[in-house]
Amino acid sequence: MAVKKDLSLDYLGVKCLNPFFLSSSPVGGNYDMVAKCYEEGWGGCFFKTVGIFVADECSPRFDQTNKEGLPWLGFKNMEQISDKPTEQNFEYIYRLCRDYPEHITVASIMGSSVEEWKQLAKMAEQAGVKLIEGNFSCPQMTSHDMGSDVGTNNELVEAYSRAVTETTKIPFIAKMTPNCKNMEEHARAAIKGGAAAVSAINTIKSITNIDFENMTAMPVVNGKSSISGYSGAAVKPIALRFCAQVLQDQEIHKLVKANGHDYGHGHEMSGIGGIETWRDAAEFLALGCRNLQVTTAIMQYGYRIVEDMISGLSYFMDERGYNSLDEFIGVALPNIIPAEELNRDYKVLPAFDDDKCVGCGRCYVSCYDAAHQAIDWNEEKRRPELNDNCVGCHLCLNVCPVQGCITPGEIKWKEGRTPVDLSLKKNYD
Amino acid sequence: MSKVVKAKYTAEAVAGFTHRTAMEEAARCLLCHDAPCSQGCPAGTDPAKFIRSIRFRNVKGAAETIRKNNILGGSCARVCPYDRLCEEACSRCGIDKPIEIGKLQRYAIEQEKLFGMKILESPEEKKAGKIACIGAGPASLACAAELAKTGYEVTVFEREAKAGGVLTYGIVPSRLPQDVVDHDIAQVEGLGVKFEFNKAVKADDVNEYDAVFVGAGLWGANLPEIDGTDLDGVYSAVDFLKEARTKKEAFDPGKKVIVVGGGDVAVDCAVTAKLLGAEDVKIVYRRTLEEAPGNINEFHYALSLGIGITTGMAPAAINGSGKVETVEFTGFRDEAAKLALSADAIVFATGQTPEDMTEIAPVKVTGKGTIEAPEGKAGGKFFAAGDIVNGGKTVVEAVAAGKEAADAIIAYLEEKGVK
Repeated sequence: MAVKKDLSLDYLGVKCLNPFFLSSSPVGGNYDMVAKCYEEGWGGCFFKTVGIFVADECSPRFDQTNKEGLPWLGFKNMEQISDKPTEQNFEYIYRLCRDYPEHITVASIMGSSVEEWKQLAKMAEQAGVKLIEGNFSCPQMTSHDMGSDVGTNNELVEAYSRAVTETTKIPFIAKMTPNCKNMEEHARAAIKGGAAAVSAINTIKSITNIDFENMTAMPVVNGKSSISGYSGAAVKPIALRFCAQVLQDQEIHKLVKANGHDYGHGHEMSGIGGIETWRDAAEFLALGCRNLQVTTAIMQYGYRIVEDMISGLSYFMDERGYNSLDEFIGVALPNIIPAEELNRDYKVLPAFDDDKCVGCGRCYVSCYDAAHQAIDWNEEKRRPELNDNCVGCHLCLNVCPVQGCITPGEIKWKEGRTPVDLSLKKNYD
Repeated sequence: MSKVVKAKYTAEAVAGFTHRTAMEEAARCLLCHDAPCSQGCPAGTDPAKFIRSIRFRNVKGAAETIRKNNILGGSCARVCPYDRLCEEACSRCGIDKPIEIGKLQRYAIEQEKLFGMKILESPEEKKAGKIACIGAGPASLACAAELAKTGYEVTVFEREAKAGGVLTYGIVPSRLPQDVVDHDIAQVEGLGVKFEFNKAVKADDVNEYDAVFVGAGLWGANLPEIDGTDLDGVYSAVDFLKEARTKKEAFDPGKKVIVVGGGDVAVDCAVTAKLLGAEDVKIVYRRTLEEAPGNINEFHYALSLGIGITTGMAPAAINGSGKVETVEFTGFRDEAAKLALSADAIVFATGQTPEDMTEIAPVKVTGKGTIEAPEGKAGGKFFAAGDIVNGGKTVVEAVAAGKEAADAIIAYLEEKGVK
């Protein structure tokens, strides 16, 4: 029988049907789009960022990277904030809040001065939203008074956050840029300015491809191009890293409590970056994110992907015996520790299954050329044979194309080290 | 019934890869350390190397590898029995199914053509030796190309109006389009090899040459000794295919066509008849399908066109007044089996025989009429390879043998001091 779990949770005191939200982007730019995404199962939508500034866009504005024929490994986007009039956007948001009260339509706003931020916050409040996000992170704005240039300036982040939070009591989420040295300090600045939480990551400044027809980057706009934001599956590892570091920052948790936005879970971060499947979603949740935002996968596949996110996450929870998201949100975070604290007393040798092996020799090639020459190649049998050089790096296991052929095997303790009970990974997909 | 494939005689049956689908397929390749596919190619085309080139976005490099190793790389990509050679050897068989090596090879050669690449060049400094190649089929073309690459002057004599041998006058164009063959042959011509067409060679013609290569193939018909083979509508496979290739859509094979045989040539004849408008085409083979020498994929294709396959029956007599009307079959092993069919035409794809070359070249001939030529050497300045030596094998084996014979010719000329 189909497994259907209750995926509802409170986010910043707001009841959400599920944690799956559209991130502020082209995927949620008018009433009909957002209404459709709600009908298909999304819990909420960070509406495409509204400013006083109305964007004037270029054509074309997207590009993608691929590997071995696999498209959309990463995605480049040159769109800025909404190109529709400010009033029209808030009218859409107003109608969405009115017509879909159980779904959470979030106003994403971006000003270029304290006055603009205040004005936008006021309009968002009048539109009836329960949450506001401040976009401090779009890397391709045509004005340096907005976007990621602001997001890396702590004074501006704090001042603009304060402008919003002094205007309205609606919880304010500051969207962070990964184009920074240290996201925690910018996040702290936002929370000091009264923000309830941060969301991350916005896109990474990028050049995806060089076009040899025009000798410029992609996409080509009249023979030229610009650096702009990179997103999609390729950025997930970077997004997870930023989320972990921000969530581990105890100062941020304290500041959230101090400004009255602790709803019982400390800092309630919204995770963004390369989420395509329930598994990606569960990873952000396991690190401690309480809200998830998606764009790139929707641009490639459409809103319908949420069906498998909901179903897949339900099956996962069923397998693990979780009855609510709260039971596993944040469980992985304490296990992300500094490199110097890892147990370095042992190695796990790879075990080779000669029956499963197809004799491609990839383990041999990689071990010789990139590791420790620990695999001898038996030319007659066309099978690998491990020698004493093995350091247990598992490069072989990672290059092997056959599922279950190379697996973690014997544990060897380094000389003079004390064996302890170990937690090891045994199953590889 | 299931949907039957409708196709044109000259339209290629299988669609090729695009850049994207080629990359997807190349990404499936395991990029083996000691790739068995490369060891599985008789002609040394080196699929492991050209697939790796495609995978790392160097399709021109891929074309270079193919063309350098196999002068008929485009044709072989269409007609090779991959399932018995490189694809059977593919390590990926241990996971799911082999890489579509033939199709990747086709893709690389299509790109070679698209880019107008000229990969092979003969050295500017020519050697003194002059070599004659008899026949312009796969073995001769491969031999001539190797010799021209080394700097020798080569002349190919061909009885027909075009080069290619079975590639041009045998195999059905839906499997091997003529432009693919022509593109391969253009590479041989590009090396400076001279061709003399419509030329039935006599001994005098080759006297002046320092070495003579015989690659005349098998063009003699092999008809069974039964009644009625002299009737109109009785064809040998070579005659039937040649007539179709020459006349194309103007050739009317008749409404009911029976093809006798179990090899790829039999399937080619049946497909030819069907694509040229025959309503009812049957392949009749005396042994079981399991014993049939033809590629199972070709039989699948024949079935998809609505061609029937009957096994266990051997032809016993052909009846008719002036032209074929009925054909009788008896069981090859099953004495009880009897079969009579109406037919407008019957094609015997039951093997071809070599023609006598001894008047042109003093070569030793076996009991089967083939030439004895170990490693391509047929005695003195005479060399031979391909179907006329091996009794009829694959194109890729003819290419391999032609290359080997070229090596033998080069060694012979160097030893003789003709440089």
